[in-house]
Amino acid sequence: MFKVILTLAFVAVAHGQLAVKADLLFTMTGDLKPIKNGIVLCGENGKIRAVGPASKIKIPAGYQTLTAKVAMPGIIDAHSTVGLSGILNSPKHDQEQLEKSAPIQPELRAVHTGHAPGALMSGQLMVVKTNVPSITSVKDTLVPTSAVASTLGSKALSNSPGTRSKAIAMLRAELMKGQSHRLKMEEAKADKEKDAPAPNLRLDILVDILNKKTPLLINAQRHQDIAAALRLQEEFGFNLVLDGAAEAYLLLEEIKAAGVPVIVHPTMGRPYGDLENMTFTLAAKLHKADIPFAFQSGYETYVPKTRVVHFEAAMAAAYGLPQEVALAACTIQPAEILGLDKKIGSLEKGKHADLALFDGDPLETTTHTTHVIIDGEIVSSSVK
Amino acid sequence: MRSRKLIAIAMAPFLLLPFFFSSAQESRESEVKILAYINATIYPVSSPKIEKGTLLVKGDTILAVGTSEDVKIPVEAEVINAFGKTIIPGLICTHSHIGSVAGADSSSPIQPEVRVLDSIDVRNTSINKARAGGITTANLMSGSGHLLSGQTIYLKLRKGNIVDDLTIKLSDGSLAYGVKMANGTNSIRDSGPFPGTRGKSAALVRQKFIDAQAYLKKRKKHQEEKPEEAFERDLALETLADILEGKRTVHHHTHRHDDILTVLRLKEEFGFKVVLHHVSEAWKVADEIAEADVPCSIIFLDSPGGKLEARDFEWKNGAELSKRGVVTAFHTDDPINDSRWFLRNAAVGVRAGMSRQKALEGLTLAGAKMLDLDDSIGSLDPGKQADFVMLSGDPFSIYTRVLETHIEGEKVFDLENPTDRLFAEGGYGAGHNREASGCCFYR
Repeated sequence: MFKVILTLAFVAVAHGQLAVKADLLFTMTGDLKPIKNGIVLCGENGKIRAVGPASKIKIPAGYQTLTAKVAMPGIIDAHSTVGLSGILNSPKHDQEQLEKSAPIQPELRAVHTGHAPGALMSGQLMVVKTNVPSITSVKDTLVPTSAVASTLGSKALSNSPGTRSKAIAMLRAELMKGQSHRLKMEEAKADKEKDAPAPNLRLDILVDILNKKTPLLINAQRHQDIAAALRLQEEFGFNLVLDGAAEAYLLLEEIKAAGVPVIVHPTMGRPYGDLENMTFTLAAKLHKADIPFAFQSGYETYVPKTRVVHFEAAMAAAYGLPQEVALAACTIQPAEILGLDKKIGSLEKGKHADLALFDGDPLETTTHTTHVIIDGEIVSSSVK
Repeated sequence: MRSRKLIAIAMAPFLLLPFFFSSAQESRESEVKILAYINATIYPVSSPKIEKGTLLVKGDTILAVGTSEDVKIPVEAEVINAFGKTIIPGLICTHSHIGSVAGADSSSPIQPEVRVLDSIDVRNTSINKARAGGITTANLMSGSGHLLSGQTIYLKLRKGNIVDDLTIKLSDGSLAYGVKMANGTNSIRDSGPFPGTRGKSAALVRQKFIDAQAYLKKRKKHQEEKPEEAFERDLALETLADILEGKRTVHHHTHRHDDILTVLRLKEEFGFKVVLHHVSEAWKVADEIAEADVPCSIIFLDSPGGKLEARDFEWKNGAELSKRGVVTAFHTDDPINDSRWFLRNAAVGVRAGMSRQKALEGLTLAGAKMLDLDDSIGSLDPGKQADFVMLSGDPFSIYTRVLETHIEGEKVFDLENPTDRLFAEGGYGAGHNREASGCCFYR
């Protein structure tokens, strides 16, 4: 008899039949204000079945219910090297975050290499969920090629490019090669007599950038480097995402006019080198200027290799950014910048059932993460 | 523990004057300002939290701390209403690389003769930033790339023109400092004279201390037999002899549990006073550390990285050590962790199971004990130096800001001051084109 009940109970909590009940539910929709005493139902397909106040939503029989003080959409890190940079700090063993064998290598994919700031054009980025056990093919990614990473400023300088001016000249020359490749492609399309150019890993991705199919993510910290990135965008008309942007507070009008989103450097990044004039108030200033922005865990040499994205959001909240905006900048805002806001980033019917649960204000250091849910499945339930 | 009466260099003229101008001294005495901070939430750290408390400061010294009923405010006192604000003792960072600090060079792995005192740039903005983080006292040291990289220096972060304005003088006239040592991978290099293994590292250190034992014996004999004659001093062995005599504390960088035990063995063999620093794997040998009664200055990192020996670093180190009675303090290791995030260490400690009281001690009194300065700083008690921080709220909340930092009664940081605010928040000019200092950051 006892055994039968256990079996029944097990069947009852099969895949995806999960309800989350939270004292404060940040759906990250509308005015971003949380629902008091809210409920999220995760459907069998890993998507959200219903969201709303407990007064309007009834938890169906057989659902497993998790309770939390605060629940919010699963956190999205807009720029990370997790899985690429290991802890050993040994270039031969676990440092895959940057390929420096040549200054421009847009053909490299993140599946094989990384994109820590440091090379003029270091390769392609991808978006992946943290419930993927391993990436065996691009099918395991959410977006196989989400952007091409580029770095301006002192971090990208070596023998050649050895100066900021030379770096821009090299980038322009490369993008022009892409333009002539695109022209050959278009001519072949229009004229059957002409042969299409042979596929070329490097030139093909440059064409994708020029055709606005793939954005160019440019890491630029100093104001002159940010201005150079905006000039490049104006000349070649690609989709630009500014990354880092430590001195963006000096160019708020220009960035706003260009309609460019910013993935801000980790708030607790080290204030040295090109970041020496960084400010903890940058996110608050971008918010005030109505420039879309998101947080990142980023990459640093030595320790820590990567930071924790919601701690970075928390520190920005301590320096003038409203709490709900800080939460949006690690959920719905990065989803929009990555072009994934139809699928993830907020708690809405039909979107992926990705949630993070906390025993207090998610931004307080003393608060613990209690559960993480991805595609309706609990992937972590240890209190951390 | 040897009690050391401290005399701040800045106060020296006032202390000498009375012998010659006693009447002038009396009038000066009455001119010394008394400040009363009232209605504040006060954490004296040495005693429980006080709601609506009063902190009474006269000149550079704390006169009284208590509830509004307990503390009588003198008529001549200037009253400051600190309603809604929180006052805690000045923060003490037991391990920092601010102020362009540098020690030993690459000529040998053991260089006790080198003083970091001779490298400090008090104009480096990292010091302004540390004040903005509420830090009033710091142990500035060289990196961990040597078995022994030199003498550290304990500084009060007073506003000074040269490093001498920031130093702490002990009763014997010498400056307050310790000695920096390290083991594990940082001090191991590919070629000599540096060691290539942990075994060789320990052997080199032991031989040096055995040499120092002989030197100390010779020095003692000389003092007993012919004190009038000059003694041929060896600058390096002199420092080691001071350690053997318990005059100086060894601040020992160590991560892995076996490296921690190596330090405990050295302490056992040579009997020196030691503070363990970083101790990533302390949770594995917490019982052994407690048994050896050795204080630990710990680091918190948001995520591990950088080297294999720190792989098993855990946030629970603070809880595991403090609940066993180990004196446990935090440090910034600035630039590893920015001095402005120092308060956050206590919050991470609490998150991982440390009590609020122990976490606050870790920022203040525990650090004072490690530097042998707990008779003058580390808690808000009558007679101690008036080093305190005024906060906008709960010390453990991320939303709390440091509003003011006071050292010996002088306000050295004020968030309302635009220049101070630039250093507190960052912005154009906050960097002053200076490079990261110290440690292993750029190796």
